[in-house]
Amino acid sequence: MHMADALLAPAVAATMYATSMTAASVSVRRLSKEDGFGEDAGAKKLPTMAVMSALVFAGQMVNYTIPGTGSSGHLCGGMLLTALLGPYAGFLSMIVVLTIQCLFFADGGLMALGANIWNMAFYGCFVGYFLIYRPIMRGKLFRGEKGGKAKIILASVLGCVLTLQLGSFSVVVETSLSGVTDLPFQGFLALMQPIHLAIGLVEGAVTAAVLCFVYEARPELLQDVGETANRGRFSGKATLLVLAATVVVIAGGFSLLASQNPDGLEWSLFGNEDGGYAANMGLDEENYGIASDTSKTLGAVQEKTAFLPDYSFRTGESDLGTSVSGLAGSAMVAGCAVIVCLAGRVVRKKKENEKNRKAFKL
Amino acid sequence: MSQAGNAKRTILRTEELACGRSLIHDRSPVAKLLVTILFLIAVQSFGKYELSGLVTMILLPMIAYRLANIELSLCFYKLRFVLPFLLIMGVFQPFLDRTPKLCVGALVITGGMLSMAVLVLKGLLCLMASFLLAATTPVTGLCSALERLCIPRIMTSCLLLCVRYVGTLLEQTEVMWESYSLRAPGQKGIHPKAWGSFLGQLILRSVDKADSLYTAMCLRGFQGSFPKGDTDEESLTDRRSLLYLTGSFFLIFLARFLPLAEWIGGLL
Repeated sequence: MHMADALLAPAVAATMYATSMTAASVSVRRLSKEDGFGEDAGAKKLPTMAVMSALVFAGQMVNYTIPGTGSSGHLCGGMLLTALLGPYAGFLSMIVVLTIQCLFFADGGLMALGANIWNMAFYGCFVGYFLIYRPIMRGKLFRGEKGGKAKIILASVLGCVLTLQLGSFSVVVETSLSGVTDLPFQGFLALMQPIHLAIGLVEGAVTAAVLCFVYEARPELLQDVGETANRGRFSGKATLLVLAATVVVIAGGFSLLASQNPDGLEWSLFGNEDGGYAANMGLDEENYGIASDTSKTLGAVQEKTAFLPDYSFRTGESDLGTSVSGLAGSAMVAGCAVIVCLAGRVVRKKKENEKNRKAFKL
Repeated sequence: MSQAGNAKRTILRTEELACGRSLIHDRSPVAKLLVTILFLIAVQSFGKYELSGLVTMILLPMIAYRLANIELSLCFYKLRFVLPFLLIMGVFQPFLDRTPKLCVGALVITGGMLSMAVLVLKGLLCLMASFLLAATTPVTGLCSALERLCIPRIMTSCLLLCVRYVGTLLEQTEVMWESYSLRAPGQKGIHPKAWGSFLGQLILRSVDKADSLYTAMCLRGFQGSFPKGDTDEESLTDRRSLLYLTGSFFLIFLARFLPLAEWIGGLL
């Protein structure tokens, strides 16, 4: 999954560098808080991180037999590192592995390093840890002595499969946005996802086997082993940050990939271009329903208030308009939600104050 | 010969090359890193049909390889990593884009053929630039350059330690691999039953080594960072490095914006 430089446009490469470096700076800050070394963040973990990076690098040189296929696969390492070092140190260690692979082995380009970090390290370490590994390990899904192993196997296989799927999807999106090839988005996606499903399963099995061995021999080396379900859940701030980042990516980026076809309601009322707009109920899109003065007045008001009609700028169709619409819409919804929450808090506080006053009087 | 052994030799060979002396080796790592980044951006900025411009760009790394006394064949050998993925991406181009772009006699060259050639050439140029940087800059210099470009010290120190340690670990992996292969002759890869114990053993040994390494470092006064051994040559204040930087920038701009290939073609 290592992307070569030739597959990325400079703008996409720069964006991926910026996102990966943001995640790296957050990791460095969190590590400095963990070990209390201040500016020299991660000093305590440094040798372990270096050795683990070297281990993943060496582990990738060993091929494992894939049963029944006659072929072999190797370890990728994101989930393994995050299970042994935690997400922040694991992420930084993966960056080191990818940098060495890029510089010494030409496996992945120097300019594509940001994209490769995002595709292979970010998903494996952060998504894999926070959304899959930690909830499973701290959950009460399996109990008893064998429960620990079952949790490790489930977390490893699920984590590797899902993070590799996300990574390969990102490769497709980044290549398509770069416009380097004429390969259609769907076609490329259909090529990438199934093959990475097989790779993910093998990697998950290898990771599970290794982690189970470590669990039996030295369980203290693994993250979240024996933790209770209530400790260390997402803080409110962290949840908000993750949600905000997801909204920006989906509203600003993925909105560009949205289908241009009419939605379900429009399709059933007016048909679509292929059906000559006469299929289904066959209504005229410009002229339907009951025309009244009230509807005309409200329509005129709506025309003035809608600053991004049909999810684009008034001046015409543009991709930027779609992205801005997505972001503006999300911001407005978030703003409304905040107002509603604040109003609720005010009402609740008033009620609490009244209760306290009554209790005081009694 | 195992993959681990090959990887170890590749790292040692690249480090050996980086420790040499030449007009390029002796320049500041920061200057070399900046020149590489600019070259990569310039190469990537060409459009998907701009083959003539890209052909001109190939002159720059060729001159640099000559100045650095590094054989180009060493770099081409690494193409085996890059080429398969590029070919998978590019092989569909001639079928998807059949717009005629050029006629050479009876042969019609389509847009797809041109864009495939551009894709492969871009891959080759980027590989040449990255390998030149690795083969002319020792890891210590590279780490100090990255630190000067505001990369956190934890990452540069980790990179340095990892490169130093990877050789030992690869050696250990090679020994384990060899002993496994001798016990299971003719088997492709490691059997699923041994997956966990093979890499797990390596992990446990590595963690123990890391612990003793950290204790030894602390006893020798390690407080989170390595002392900077920068000389004037490593910084950008060195006149020759500045000259190298400005000269390279100028040449890259010339190759990027002047239609040199068309001028040469016009002379013929």
